[in-house]
Amino acid sequence: MAKIKIEDLKKIKERVQAENALRHGDRRVRVTVHMGTCGIAAGAREVMTTLMKEIEEAQVSDVVVTTSGCMGLCSREPEITVEIVGEEPIVYEYVNENKMRQIFRRHILEGEIQTPFVLARGKEQS
Amino acid sequence: MEELSLHILDIIENSTRAGAGLIEITIVEATDRDKLMIEITDDGSGMDEETLGRIMDPFYTTRTVRRVGLGIPLLAQAARAAEGSCTVESRVGDGTRVTAEFRLNHIDRQPLGNMGETMATAIAGNPELDFVYTHRIDDENYRLDTRELRLVLDGVPLNSAPVIAFIRNDIAEALAEMKNRSRTGTER
Repeated sequence: MAKIKIEDLKKIKERVQAENALRHGDRRVRVTVHMGTCGIAAGAREVMTTLMKEIEEAQVSDVVVTTSGCMGLCSREPEITVEIVGEEPIVYEYVNENKMRQIFRRHILEGEIQTPFVLARGKEQS
Repeated sequence: MEELSLHILDIIENSTRAGAGLIEITIVEATDRDKLMIEITDDGSGMDEETLGRIMDPFYTTRTVRRVGLGIPLLAQAARAAEGSCTVESRVGDGTRVTAEFRLNHIDRQPLGNMGETMATAIAGNPELDFVYTHRIDDENYRLDTRELRLVLDGVPLNSAPVIAFIRNDIAEALAEMKNRSRTGTER
């Protein structure tokens, strides 16, 4: 029977706790990956995986990731919304793994909105 | 959708929007019976009889942003294509169970795909919920229970990037090992 490697998980816990102790715990950015049927079919899971890998690689702890349902613009999926504290939310369309990496490195880390991929600015109406 | 793990993620997302606190995903691959069974159970709000009666209708949805509800119909279509079936049981206040069965070796059965990515995505997007993922291949068994992980993590959020990477890799490695052992057993 395959088992979770508890020792590995304990090491991860100690690492994350040590990293968090060195930082201020506030969340600076929230990224929402739209995960309706349309989004999943268009590649939202791969976008999410890329985002999580980028966060781990950059070792940032002030970026929170969440998912939501379909926004109603199925033909523009995969879509993500980037909300940086104090700034207008940005909705990106047709996101793929490469675009996700670019959005993470240039917008989320450096604050430069990636205009060619932007679908809309502002909060979605649900 | 090109793989069953994407359908599973879609059904999980339905459960999260139904207010579930615990979502159980069970996959059984029985080579001797040529069966693949996928079951997703949640303790969410459930559905009334009218909604349940129209669940296979792709042009019915309770959402207001668009007029189609394709998740369950697409899974049912994938099951039928592999000489299987899809059933949904639900009661208001009790939650919902979606079960899909497939002929394991049917030429038109979609591949299961990347369950590590599906579970990692579901947990990363919904760290406040609990998930129990059980995967059986013949006599081999894998189980991931986020309630047990929380005990070890001692306050570290489930959606921390290193924890999500751990979950994704653990599932991928465990399933690969199980498949190898199962294959070796079959060859013997």
